[in-house]
Parts: sequence; structure tokens; C-alpha cells
Amino acid sequence: MTDRALRVLGPAIVGVLFLAAWEAVVRYFEIPWYVLPGPALVGETLWRDGPSLLGSLWVTLRITIAALAAAILLGGAIAILFAQSRVLEQSFLPYAIALQVTPVVAIAPLIIIWVNDAYWSVLILALIVAFFPIVANTTLGLNSADRNLAALFKLYRATRWQTLRYLRMPTALPNFLAGVKISGGLALVGAVVAELVAGTGGSETGLAYRILEAGYRLEIARQMAALVLLALTGMAIYFSLDRGSRWLLSHWHESALPDEE
Amino acid sequence: MPLVSVEGVRKVFRNGTLALDRVDFAIAKGEFVSLLGPSGCGKSTLLRIIAGLVESTAGEIEGQDALAGRIGFVFQEPTLMPWATVWDNVYLPLRLAGESRAGVSDRIGRTLAAVGLEAFERSYPRELSGGMKMRVSIARALVTSPELLLLDEPFAALDEITRFKLNEDLLQLWQAHHWTVVFVTHSVFESAFLSSRVVVMTPRPGRIVADMPIDLDYPRVSSLRTAPHYTELCRALSHRLAEGMMA
Repeated sequence: MTDRALRVLGPAIVGVLFLAAWEAVVRYFEIPWYVLPGPALVGETLWRDGPSLLGSLWVTLRITIAALAAAILLGGAIAILFAQSRVLEQSFLPYAIALQVTPVVAIAPLIIIWVNDAYWSVLILALIVAFFPIVANTTLGLNSADRNLAALFKLYRATRWQTLRYLRMPTALPNFLAGVKISGGLALVGAVVAELVAGTGGSETGLAYRILEAGYRLEIARQMAALVLLALTGMAIYFSLDRGSRWLLSHWHESALPDEE
Repeated sequence: MPLVSVEGVRKVFRNGTLALDRVDFAIAKGEFVSLLGPSGCGKSTLLRIIAGLVESTAGEIEGQDALAGRIGFVFQEPTLMPWATVWDNVYLPLRLAGESRAGVSDRIGRTLAAVGLEAFERSYPRELSGGMKMRVSIARALVTSPELLLLDEPFAALDEITRFKLNEDLLQLWQAHHWTVVFVTHSVFESAFLSSRVVVMTPRPGRIVADMPIDLDYPRVSSLRTAPHYTELCRALSHRLAEGMMA
């Protein structure tokens, strides 16, 4: 079997078996729909409520993309600052870590009070969750330039900016992209968790709010349909970032080269 | 008046190792000098001190300031940027000097042709053999028309057939352009084949034990490798090296 067929067929078989077992268990034990709906019912709900759920997904996705874009800009800028001086890096790194390891649910109420706007609170919270992997990975990459190449830049009296632009940034690109891939997933998680805590004000509601709402009404099938959409979105984000990363590195980096024959 | 003169250079590493001690020698313009010695004798460190990449603990390099920015350096590994094409790798020193791509494209074309790589300008380093990568590295050092070319065991990692070919090509380029060359090697045969003068060094601490002119006529071609006088010079160099190691 080719590698490609395995990548498609393997997960497909696992998925079908899992769904079949789930449906069988629900029918055999006659589990009521408000406790655990079968996959058929979830699928039906997904089909029926799809359009309205997609509208909410779009709200969540917009926040996710905005948070990821902000994380890339902010994380990249912080990493470049850190790479300029060890003093700066060592002085600020503990605070960046503190921000990262504090659960976003715990920070949320404060941000909501300070910002006083649901959209911006959620965006900021998603950003807090997403920016650290980019900072950590990119800083590592910027500090990993080949020593002899660095010596060469010194020999040719390169400016600090030239060394950054032509040596350290290209060296850091694979690390940066690895950070972006992790942050893409985290931005979605952040957007959903933040909305669960903050809610969405006004007419536009994100998918997290719909999950809460469906829960209150015991519409478990709709809740699960929303979950399916979220999972699919997360995977789409990951695979498109992975694609983009491979494309950017395709000429030179080991991770993006085809297997040796 | 020498181009560069090394005066009383001493280097102590941070861990306390005495890498070089009382090193004195001068390099005249147009010379091809080899620093010959076993690994660990400090010859690479000395080369880096001459280039200004490493600070000496004591002593000085006369003429270094005048050469700033006019030195070419070739490392033991090709040391190419994997993300850049052959053309862009050779362009690097010129880009750092603020030259535009269009302005130097003839110059880069000529330099690539001189090392036999004109057909590979769009290739990436990973697509090249070890010998070809080294040629790119040499082209990058030559593209600025440096006054002084420093080579740190550039061919040590290559197979013998490739090494011989690159030796001959390097000599041809040197004769055509007459830069001054300092070439670090641990091969007696390579140093005698290439140089107009061989400086022999021994380790612990790194010191100069002999300074021998190589009175073979240029151009030197591959048949020289079996000539009696060449063999004799190699024997003499080996002898000096062995003597130095005993002392």
C-alpha cells in the first residue's frame, strides 16, 4: 500500500468502525437521545442546523484567524527583541512563561472587566494562549545560526540588521513555522475557551456560545454537531498551516524533503 | 614590506589551554604560504586570528587594519546557506557590501565560471556533491577579489581524486590573479604541491618549528606529484614535522 493511500484509508477505516460501534451501543442499550445521541442523529442535526451553526463557526474562525495573525506579529517581534540581547531575553522570559502557564479561564474575568467589549476580550485571550509557542520556537531558531556563517558575516562587516535579515531570520524560519503550527491550534482553543467564559455580546454568537446554549436546552445532538465542526476546523487549520510550512521550506529543509529512494 | 606580519602571537583559551605561543612570521604579497601541522597545533586558530575572527591573548597582526573587508575565508566545511541558491550564496559578500543584484551579475557569472559551476547557479547546496559545495565556498571567497585569501583545511573532507583536482584548479586561479594565500593543511603532500613556502607547526603549545621555501616552478601540474625533487621536499617536510613533535 502506498503511503498516501495509508494516510487516507487508515483513518477512514478507524472512523467508520468507531461510528458503527457507537451507533450499535446506543441502539442495543437503548440510550436516550438526551444522554448520548447516536452518530446518525448527530449527522442529521449537523445537516439540519448546519447553516446556522456555520454562521457561528465563522464568528469563531474570524477571531481565531485574527488571534493567530496577532500572535505571529507579536510573537515574532518579541522573539526578535529577545534575540538582540540575552539580558532582555533573560529578564522578560519568566513573565512570558507566567502568562503562558496561567490558565486562560482564570485570566478571563480580569480581561473582560478591563476591556469591556466581548469581541476584543475574546481576541486578547486567544492571543495570550497562542503567542508563546511562536516566541519560544523563534527565539531558539534566531539563536541557532551556524557559527562559521556568523563568522563570515563578521568578516564581511555585516550590520546587525543584515545579520538578522540574511542569516538569523532564514535560520529561524523552520522553528518559526513549527511555532505557528502549534499556535494555530491553540488560537482556536483559546477563542472557544474565552467565549465560553466571556460570552459573545450583541447579535453575533460564536460556536462556543452555541454549545453552551444547546447544553442548557438538553440538545445534546446539536452540541455534538457543533463539536464536530470545531474538530474539523482545528484539523483544517493544522493541515493548511502544515501545507504552507512545507511549501515555504520545500527547497532546502530536511523536514520538507521527499523520502530518499 | 610584508602584507601581513604575525608578531609574538600567543593565545590562551578560556579553559587555560595554551593554543599558540610566540608565533612570529611574515607573509609577503603574492605568496602562497601553507601552515602545516597535526590537528591541535593551533594552525586554524592562527588563521582565525589573522582574519580578525578571534582575538589573540598577546601579540599583534601588523597590516590587519589595512586588510579589513578585503579578506576571503574558506572553512573546512563548505558553510553554505542551505536556503539560498548557489548564485545567492556567492552573492552574499557583495550583498553585505550593499551591491545590487543587477550590478554584480557579470562578476558572479565570471566567478562561477572560474570554478566550473556556471551551469549550477540555480541549484541549492543539498543538490551538490561535496567537491562542488567546496567550489561554491571558494567562489564566494573570490567574488570580492580579496587581497588575502585564507583557507582552513578546505579539502580535508574530500576524496583524494577530488582533492587533487581542486588543488590544481586553485593553483591555476592563484597564478591568474596573484592574490596572497594562507592555506592551513595537515597534509605534507598538499602543502608541498601548492605552496611557495611552508610553515611547519607543532602542538602543545602551537609553535613554528620550521619555515621552508618550496623551490618548484609554477605552473605545477599533476605529473609533479611523482617528480623526484617534489618527493624529496615532502621527505624533508615530514622530517621537520617529526623533529618538531619529538622536541
